[in-house]
Amino acid sequence: MSKVYIALQDNDESRYIVEAIEESNPDATVIHQPAMIRIERENRLVIERAVVEEKMGREWDVQELHINLITLGGNVDEDDDQFVLEWKQ
Amino acid sequence: MAAKKLNIKDKYRLLTRDLDWEFSYEDPKQAFPYEEFEGIKITDWSKWEDPFRLTMDSYWKYQAEKEKKLYAIFDAFSQNNGHLNVTDSRYVNAVKLFLTGVSPLEYQAYQGFAHVGRQFSGVGARVACQMQSLDELRHVQTQIHAMSHYNKFFDGFQEFSHMHDRVWYLSVPRSFFCDARSAGPFEFMIAIGFSFEYVLTNLLFVPFMSGAAHNGDMATVTFGFSAQSDEARHMTLGLEVIKFLLEQHEDNVPIVQKWIDKWFWRGTRLLTIVAMMMDYMLPNKVMSWKEAWEVYFEEAGGALFKDLARYGIRMPKYAETIEKEKEHISHQAWWTFYTHGHAAGFHTWIPSDEELDWLSAQYPDTFDKYYRPMWELAKEQEAKGERFYTSGLPQLCQTCQIPMLFTEMDNPNQNSMRDYLYQGERYHFCSDGCCDIFKEEPEKYVQSWLPVHQIFQGNCGGPGVGEVLSDYYRMNVGVDNMDIKGSPDEVRWNKWKGVA
Amino acid sequence: MPVYALNPGYQGERMDRVENFHGNQIVYLGWDEHRMFCAAKAFPLPPSMPFAALIENIMPEAFGQHPEFKQINWDSAEWLLDGEPFKPQADVSLADQGVGHKSLIRFKTPELTGYQGAGV
Repeated sequence: MSKVYIALQDNDESRYIVEAIEESNPDATVIHQPAMIRIERENRLVIERAVVEEKMGREWDVQELHINLITLGGNVDEDDDQFVLEWKQ
Repeated sequence: MAAKKLNIKDKYRLLTRDLDWEFSYEDPKQAFPYEEFEGIKITDWSKWEDPFRLTMDSYWKYQAEKEKKLYAIFDAFSQNNGHLNVTDSRYVNAVKLFLTGVSPLEYQAYQGFAHVGRQFSGVGARVACQMQSLDELRHVQTQIHAMSHYNKFFDGFQEFSHMHDRVWYLSVPRSFFCDARSAGPFEFMIAIGFSFEYVLTNLLFVPFMSGAAHNGDMATVTFGFSAQSDEARHMTLGLEVIKFLLEQHEDNVPIVQKWIDKWFWRGTRLLTIVAMMMDYMLPNKVMSWKEAWEVYFEEAGGALFKDLARYGIRMPKYAETIEKEKEHISHQAWWTFYTHGHAAGFHTWIPSDEELDWLSAQYPDTFDKYYRPMWELAKEQEAKGERFYTSGLPQLCQTCQIPMLFTEMDNPNQNSMRDYLYQGERYHFCSDGCCDIFKEEPEKYVQSWLPVHQIFQGNCGGPGVGEVLSDYYRMNVGVDNMDIKGSPDEVRWNKWKGVA
Repeated sequence: MPVYALNPGYQGERMDRVENFHGNQIVYLGWDEHRMFCAAKAFPLPPSMPFAALIENIMPEAFGQHPEFKQINWDSAEWLLDGEPFKPQADVSLADQGVGHKSLIRFKTPELTGYQGAGV
C-alpha cells in the first residue's frame, strides 16, 4: 500500500474543500504547513462535488479544484461528480 | 429543443477527437517526421486518456482566474513594500538564484512543449502539450513580474537572461534542458513531462515555496503555488504519457526504463542547487533537504514506481547512491558557492551558529563529522581578515557540468571522479550515473559547452576572471558578488531596518 | 551505443579538442581528502612544462591557500595519473611522462589529514 496525497493553498476556499475531503475520507491525514495544506491517505482519496457544495453553500465545479491545487500524487480520475486519486498496485 | 449540457467526458472527447483529421493525400510520416526514430512504437493513439479532461474554454477560464488572483497579490506586495517583510537580506539571494537559474527553464519548457505538441500524431497528446506549453510561458512571465519588484531594491537581478546563457553554474540548468529539447519528442516527455514534473519539481515548488512563505516572501510563494497549480496537471500528463507508452508496446519498456535511469539521475544532480537553497539560503527553515527528499522522492516516488512495477519498470538506477547523497549534497554545494563567492552573481555567507546547530540536528550522521569543520575553518580565515575565496577554476563534469564536488559515499572525504576515453580523448565525470549517460550517447555530450574550458579557450573575454565576470557575464563586480557582509544589499537593508 | 538521431552517422563536434587551447593542454590537479577545495582544479599548461615547474609554480596557485600547504613533503606524496599510480620525474616534461590533454593528477599526503584532521 502507498499513500496518495494532495496539497492545496491555505485559503478560504480550500478550507471548505479540506472539510469535504475529511468527511468523504474519514481516515485521511491533514497536515498544515506554511501557506499550504497537505492531505494524504493510504491508496485512495476522493473529493465529492456534492459534499464540497454542501460545505461551501454554492454550486462547485470539480475543475475549480485547479485554482487552489498545489500538487498531488496518484493516478487521477476526474468527472462531473468527483475527483479521485488512486494507486492501482 | 434545448441543447443538452455536455458532461466533461463528452466535451473532452469532442475536443480531442473530432478536431483531428485523417491524412488522405499526404503521408502522415512526413507530417510527423519525429515520431519513429527513437524506436517507440505506438499502435493506437486513441487509447490516450487525459484524466483531467480539460477543454480549451475551461482552460482559459481557470487560468484567467489564477492570473487575476496572482496579479492582485503582486500589486499588494509592491504597494506595501513587501520586500521589507522578508526575514533578512540573505534570503533575497535565493530569489536571485531562482530568477537566473530556474525561470529561464520555464521558458525552455515552453519551447520544448510547443515543439513536441506539434510532433505527436495523437491529438490528445498534442492538446495536453499545447496547454502545458502555454502554462510554462505563463510561469516565466509571472516569475519575472514577481521578481521585478526585488530588482528595484536589491542587486543581482538585472541581467538574468544574459547570465543564464553564460555563467558557469547556470550552464548546469541550461544544459539540462538543452539536452532534453535536443532529444526526440518521446524522450522529452519522459525527461521533462515525467521525471522532472512528476517527481522533481515538487521539491522545488512545494517545500521551497512553503519556505518562501515562512520567510515572509509573499510574491514568491504566490507565483510558486500559482505555477504549481498547473504543475499538478503536468504531473498527471507525465504519468499518463508513461503509462500510455508502456501499454502501447512491450518493446517500449526497455527504452522508457533507460530514459528514466538517465533523467532521474540528471534531475537529481540538477536539484543539488535546490538542496542548498533549502538548507542554507532560507533563514527560517521549514524542513531540511533530507526530509523533503524523503517525503517527495522516496515516499511519493516510491509509490509511483510501485505502481509502475506492473509494466516491468523498476526504480531508477543508482537509487541507493541517491539515497545516501541526501545527507551530503546541500553542504557540498553551499561550500562550493561560498568558496566561489567572488564568481557568483549573488551573495554567500557563513551560516550563523544557530543555523550550524540546526544543520547538526537535521544531519546527525554527517554534518558534524564532515561539514562543520569547513565552517570552523571559514570562520577562522574570516577572523584573520582572509575571507576564503578559492583560487583557480574547478574541474567540471562532462555530463551535468557541475564542478566535481560530489564525494564517494563510502568515503565522503574523497571527491568522486570517473573518466572515460572516447575516440582518444579523455572525459571526466562526477559519478557513475553521469559517466553512464555519456557512454550511451557520446556523440551528444562531446559537445558540452563547459564554462571553464570555454574561458581557457578565450571564448568568454578576459584574459582575467575579473573581465569574464564583468564583461562577459555582466555581473556588477564588487556589488552583485562576494560575501553578504558589507555588501550594498546588506548596507541598504540595515538602513531600512534602522540597524546600525 | 549510438545516439538516437534523426539521421544516421550523427556526430557532434568535440568542443574541447587540444587544438582549441592555443598550444596549451588542460591538466587537472586534485589534492585527495582536502575538501577545503571543493573539486580538482583545471589549468591550461604547456605540454613541455617540466614537472618541477608544476610543483613550484602551479601547486601554490592551486592549493597554497590551505593551512597545511607549506608542510607538504613532495618527496613522500603519493601520486595518481589518470587513476594509475605514478612517479613524477621532476625534470621531464608533462607530455613526456604521459600527462596528456585533460589528464587528472591526484596526490595524497598521508601525514597531512586536513584541517582538524577531518579531511577538509
